[in-house]
Amino acid sequence: MDDFFAARSQMALSLGFHIIFACIGMVMPFFMAVSHYKWLKTGDEVYKHITKAWSKGVAIFFATGAVSGTVLSFELGLLWPRFMEHAGPIFGMPFSLEGTAFFIEAIALGFFLYGWDRFNRWFHWVTGVVVGVSGLVSGILVVAANAWMNSPGGFDYVNGEYLNIDPIKAMFNDAWFSQALHMSVAAFVATGFAVAGIHALMMLKGKNVAFHTRAFRIAAIFGAVAAVLQPISGDISAKDVAKRQPAKLAAMEAHFHTEEKAPLIIGGIPNEKTGEVDYALRIPRMLSFLAHGDFSAEVKGLDQVPVQDRPPVAVTHYAFQIMVGLGMAMVLIALLYFIALWKKRNWLRGRWLLKLFVIATPMGFIAVEAGWTVTEVGRQPWIINGIMRTADAVTPMPGIVYSFYIFTAVYISLSVIVAFLLYRQIKMVDKLYN
Amino acid sequence: MLYVVIIYLWTAILLYLLLGGADFGAGIIEFFTSPGNRSRTRRTMYQAIGPVWEANHMWLIITIVILFVGFPKIYTTMSVYLHIPLTAMLLGIIARGTAFVFRNYDAVKDDLQKVYSRIFIYSSVITPFFLGIIAASTVSGQVDPAAGNFVEAYIFSWLNWFSVTVGFFTVSICGFLAAVFIIGETNNEQDRLFFTRKAKWMIVAAVGCGALVFIAASIQGVPLIEWIFGKPGGILAISLASLSLPFLWYGLENGKPILIRLMAGFEITMILFAATYRHFPNIVLMKGGGYLSLLEHQGQDRTIDALAWALLIGSVFILPALFYLLYSFEKKKPAH
Repeated sequence: MDDFFAARSQMALSLGFHIIFACIGMVMPFFMAVSHYKWLKTGDEVYKHITKAWSKGVAIFFATGAVSGTVLSFELGLLWPRFMEHAGPIFGMPFSLEGTAFFIEAIALGFFLYGWDRFNRWFHWVTGVVVGVSGLVSGILVVAANAWMNSPGGFDYVNGEYLNIDPIKAMFNDAWFSQALHMSVAAFVATGFAVAGIHALMMLKGKNVAFHTRAFRIAAIFGAVAAVLQPISGDISAKDVAKRQPAKLAAMEAHFHTEEKAPLIIGGIPNEKTGEVDYALRIPRMLSFLAHGDFSAEVKGLDQVPVQDRPPVAVTHYAFQIMVGLGMAMVLIALLYFIALWKKRNWLRGRWLLKLFVIATPMGFIAVEAGWTVTEVGRQPWIINGIMRTADAVTPMPGIVYSFYIFTAVYISLSVIVAFLLYRQIKMVDKLYN
Repeated sequence: MLYVVIIYLWTAILLYLLLGGADFGAGIIEFFTSPGNRSRTRRTMYQAIGPVWEANHMWLIITIVILFVGFPKIYTTMSVYLHIPLTAMLLGIIARGTAFVFRNYDAVKDDLQKVYSRIFIYSSVITPFFLGIIAASTVSGQVDPAAGNFVEAYIFSWLNWFSVTVGFFTVSICGFLAAVFIIGETNNEQDRLFFTRKAKWMIVAAVGCGALVFIAASIQGVPLIEWIFGKPGGILAISLASLSLPFLWYGLENGKPILIRLMAGFEITMILFAATYRHFPNIVLMKGGGYLSLLEHQGQDRTIDALAWALLIGSVFILPALFYLLYSFEKKKPAH
């Protein structure tokens, strides 16, 4: 493993780890606020217990999300100093604002976690809501910064120099909206399904049914609504990528040859040498429609991109297929759940629907990771799309591979511990809240 | 606007040293407490720092963001040459932050608590130690862009007597701050005496480590004495800090929590002032006389303006909320 690959792997690992914790830390406060609200309104103690149980999850995930986020803010410089030297002043605006949002989140969390029975009940509730809102805002801001890497703007690039910097314009770059929307909805889908799946499992086991049924419903409704909305934001993203980063779209779709009436390629094994995709399912004209809203539009293929500027096709294509496939599976489960809620109440008593949710527990997060792979790998070989190559941004310090090993060990052990802690929390629901 | 950003940078560093430092110090005190007394220490400290401890670490993030947005060259130079101590500090931050939460939120209290505690205690010592090393290395003149090999470029840039002693000094200061802070949080005489004794020991340790810093500086050829005593501002700051020591001691002897907190905060502020004043606006000194300056290596004007506004607007939201948080948990001491 060379240093460049080690640096990329370490970044991918840190981001992949952080993203799960950040999503949960950003979305769970909303679940918590709903059950908290229900308790304040109905006085049903079970909702209070759910709120308290979830708030412990939030605390654990907030802390791990905060430290892994801190690590990332350092890693930008530790691993990619040449990128940060130029990019920092341009795309730093969302980070400066994110500092505020995150700070408020930390303060609100202090109030919420330690404020039980100390403050006015509704003030206490509001601090929980503020945790969620400020978390969401900081998520959006961080994604806006990433969007700048895909759609650099707010400066003039003249002879290798970055002139006329406009940080506000850089923040509101062309990609910020579609990326932030897609990511925020994804966070709700992933967390909703993950939490619902865990409670569904406990319901199937027949433990604390009153507790888990109520908890399941809150999480499932959040997840299901978001899942159904996600294809819309996905479509906005796809059209956006087609316009701004045709090379990325081509890699996502394994679309090698520029053509009109382009088919949508599903599955298959892309061969980067021959430019063919074997064993794929093709839907005629569909790619033209999805990318440009016109069944006969021309879609640029990888043949329009110089060989040295092409992203890795196979990884991007597979990741994209995984994301879409899992997304669709969750849409299906969500629709079944809505039918059950509105028309077929007896489905809710059946075990099969709960089993579907249990199977879906990890789906959202796998989709999130796959989606990030598409965004990041699909941008390669560029760290700033079309401006700076990733290979030119890496730190001159050798031996990054050891740093990669250390961080891998740290992240693996943290993941194991967090999973173990959650397992203990769930197992203790009986004793703690009865 | 550049000065607005610089003031925020300095203030963020100071607040991280004071609040984050007291936070690290909680673990340091635990480190220097016999295992039998640890559980009591832990309870008092947890109640005191629990509500604010996430917020304390935000000052570090603010510092980093100001550096990479406003002074990218300084941020990247530090990132490249101080990669190893920065990574060590980061590992400390990860270990500490997670261990703290794990030990307080694990649903089952069993032997694992000991593991979390051990991680928390050790990382509480390691993190400020490397923080001190990093701070000292920026001015120790050992960062060498012309270095020919790995050891000279990436090890000797930070591994030297001066940096190491500043690391120890930082650890002792954090322990001192924590002890002083917790004295005001105790609710019985026994605890108060216990932490007062700790605070006194930490003062002795800090003075001792401070002396070591001067010795190391002279071995290393770092003109520390000239830096601090070469300008009237430095002399003034050090004199005021020394003058406040008797008040601090008096406060400790007579149980005046507010006085000792004020004096401790004042001391640290003066030490940081004296340490940074002489170099301003230079922030990284390099081998061979090169330097990076806050006034010469900043981002373009529009960036600095936007950053300054973001900081100003941010503080309108943050500061009242933070004060209210500190105030309400100060006022409403734990019911149990």
